[in-house]
Order: sequence, then C-alpha cells, then structure tokens
Amino acid sequence: MSDFSSASSSLPAVSILGVSKRFGKLLALDNLSLDIAQGEFFGLLGPNGAGKTTLISCLAGLAKPDSGQIKVLGHDVQRDYRAARTQLGVVPQELVFDPFFTVRETLRFQAGYFGLRHQDDWIDEILEHLDLTAKANENMRRLSGGMKRRVLVAQALVHKPPVIVLDEPTAGVDVELRQGLWQFIRRLNNEGHTIILTTHYLEEAEALCHRIALIKEGKLLALDSTENLRARHGGASLEEVFLREIGSKVSSLGELK
Amino acid sequence: MTGFLTLLHKEILRFWKVGFQTVAAPVLTAMLYLMIFSQVLADHVRIHDLPYTSFLVPGLVMMQMMQNAFANSSSSLIQGRVTGSIVFVLLPPIPYGGFFAAYVVATIIRGMVVGSCILLATLWFAPLQIAHPGWVLVFSILGGAVFGALGMIAGIWAEKFDQLAAFQNFLIMPLTMLSGVFYSIHSLPPFWQQMSSYNPVFYVIDGFRYGFFGVSDVRIETSFTVVALSAVVISLLTLQLLKSGWKLRN
Repeated sequence: MSDFSSASSSLPAVSILGVSKRFGKLLALDNLSLDIAQGEFFGLLGPNGAGKTTLISCLAGLAKPDSGQIKVLGHDVQRDYRAARTQLGVVPQELVFDPFFTVRETLRFQAGYFGLRHQDDWIDEILEHLDLTAKANENMRRLSGGMKRRVLVAQALVHKPPVIVLDEPTAGVDVELRQGLWQFIRRLNNEGHTIILTTHYLEEAEALCHRIALIKEGKLLALDSTENLRARHGGASLEEVFLREIGSKVSSLGELK
Repeated sequence: MTGFLTLLHKEILRFWKVGFQTVAAPVLTAMLYLMIFSQVLADHVRIHDLPYTSFLVPGLVMMQMMQNAFANSSSSLIQGRVTGSIVFVLLPPIPYGGFFAAYVVATIIRGMVVGSCILLATLWFAPLQIAHPGWVLVFSILGGAVFGALGMIAGIWAEKFDQLAAFQNFLIMPLTMLSGVFYSIHSLPPFWQQMSSYNPVFYVIDGFRYGFFGVSDVRIETSFTVVALSAVVISLLTLQLLKSGWKLRN
C-alpha cells in the first residue's frame, strides 16, 4: 500500500480556519478553527447535532461554508476543489449504496470517478483486506449491513487518498467486523494515512486517536492529545472527560446567560 | 476526462441493466399507440400526402425518445438523492461540466436505443423511409439533450418521487402529446395552431419528421433554430444550477 511519509510533513493534512455554517436559524458551525497534522489519527467527538457531520460535509465539498476556509493538504476545498477532493476519502455515516451494481462494479466506477482506470489489482487487495473477496460479484442489494459498510470503506480507499474521513463507521456493526475494520484502519494510519474519525463509541476513540477535538453546537470545546485530555481530568476515561467537558461548558454557558 | 467517461458508462449500464423497463416497455407503448391509431384512422386520414401510419411513426419514435431521455436523468438523480448514493458522484473531483455531459449523453443514448428499437418494430406496419438522415440524427441529439437537461433540473429540484411524477405528468406529458405527434398543426383551429407554435417540442417533432419524409409544417431551418436555442438555454440553466450546487451541495 502507499506510503505518504514523503509528503511535506509541515503542511497540515487538514486546515480549518474560522468556518461557520448556518441552516436557517440553526448555527451548525460557529467560527470553528483547527489543524490536523499529516499522519494523525484524529478524533472528532461531540453529542448528536454538534456539527461533526456538517464539518465533514464542508470538508468534502458536500456543503459550502458561509464563511471561513478549509484546506486539504494545502488545497482549498472550494477554489481548488479538484485537487482537494483527490486527497480525500470519505466513508459516509449513512449506509448508502447503488442497488444496480455489484461490489466490483461499484469500486471500479468509484476509481474511475477519481480519474483512475485499470485498478483491479488494487481493488482485489482492498477486497481481500476487508474480507469482501467472496462478495466481489454480488449485487450490493444482497449484502448484509456489515458488508455494505465494508464496501463504503473500500470505496473511500479506492483512489488511495492520503486523508481518510470515517463518519461513524462502526455504527450498527458487530464486534468481529469492528475489530477487523480498526485493524485495517490502524495499518493505513501506520503507513502514513491521516485518519479523521467521528464516533459515539468513546472507548474506540480513546484506543485509536492521537488527538481529539470536542465540539458542541458548532463550537470547539476542547482540542488536545487524548493523554492530555485525560490527565486534565485526573486520568479519567475519555467517556468521563467527554461528559465533564460537555457538561461544564453547558453550565458555564448557562451562567453567562 | 476519465471521470466523465466513467460516469457516462455507469449511467448507460444503469439503464441497460433494467432494459426490460427502460427499453422494452416504451417500445411496447409506442406499438400500442401505433396499432390503435393506425387501425382506426389509416383508411380515413392522409397528412402531407402520406398514409397516416407512416406519418405517425416518426412522431411516436421522437415522443418516446424525449420521454425516456427525461426519465433517464431525472430518475437517476432523484434515486441518488433520496437514497443518499449521490455522494459517490459528488465526492470525486468531477467538474460540473463533465457531470452535466455524462448525464445528458447517457439520456441521448437511451433515447436513440429506444427510438431505434421502435423504428425496427414499426417495419411491420409501414415501410421505413429516411429522406434526410442528417436531420434525423440532429433532431435525435437535440431532442434528447433538451429533455435530458430538463430531467436533470427536475431530478435536482424534486425532493420526493411524487414531485417528479407531477413534473412529468403536468409538464412533460402535455408538451409532448400536444406537439403534433398525432396530427399536423394545420388541421387545428387557428388559436391552437398559434398555441402549438409556442411549444418547442412541436419543432422537435416537426424537424424529426422532416428527416424522414422531407415535408413539415414549418421550415426545417425554423425548427432547427428553435430546438437548438432551447437546448442551449436549458443546458446553460442546468450548468448554472450545477455550478451553484443548488440542492446538491447545500
């Protein structure tokens, strides 16, 4: 698999600067800024409706921020969208699939959309790593939920992106698949891929992520290494840190009113 | 270019995999129209000095081509939006021009496949005569492009399948049925002749029919100008919508 250690490491994998996004009266992202370094396993955590998926949508070009700037490896996701999107692989939160095609057709098309042809060797390798080889010629409709989730991961990897975004990839997935998936993602991270993860399974984030951003109501509440966040709360688990950070910010916001 | 070609391939394969619904069904519909109308009117009506069955064939072919072009792009987009699978074509770096071209070219191809099958099937009923093959091709492409682009607009605009059905039943169907498929507009009262002249689909049908018989209700240059301008205007509107990300990129 590809090794991305040759890329200029001083350049952030993702740079988010003063990003705001409003949907009607709802301020989904409120002047959010953060950088994610190359090679990081980065956790983006927060309660439901915190703005995680909106941030990922803005990063992936599925939504346009009202203000601010997002760059992927130095490429602006709006102005230089072609270069930015080439660097990015996104596993969407919803279990979506195109019911007309087989697994292999799905992956061939996805590679082609990114300008890559004749990728069958690489597709075979991904299928093998995700234990999908036996399902390669099955129609997507016939796969179980867990299998479809694996295909989503494969689709995100088919153009060998240096930055991979996983939006709740293990929601509704059994333990065996979850472990296999993390083993594979860890390997990709060790090979130099930057991983950005959102999850509600905080023990997974604690075990995997080097650094974590906690967001709520579109605002950045905390941004630090997993160890520092835990140390700040007396070595508590990430779940306790999460509850305390979210809770304390809610209290202080209440006092301000 | 690879992104465009891949999306085009995917769109063609999408309708081909369900060919019974996307190709065979419209051919059967056209044949039923032809059998019923030609059976009832063939001995009573001649238009432009042509037997009614012969007159009817090009109109039926083009009507099905346009309706299927519309159905192809609109159904692909709304299915993708409703199921969420449209992210697979929105995440990659396909330029909006390539995105537009892939959907529209696929609709033109589906229209031509359906049209060719209907023509072959109608050989049982009327001899095939093509006076100007070039005009047949030009109006096939332009008619498919107009309705393919309209289908894109409808597929992006509609939030639900019933909204798309409303677009199809209350706009596309009347425009195509009242466009001279079954009659020459010279047989209409003056008011309806005037109304027909405002319907761009009338010019698609009339120009396409000219390609077969060398006769038409209006001059071929007029039909070409109206249809080409319609294709340009609707394409530019669709491209602008795609560029702005309207309803696709929030």
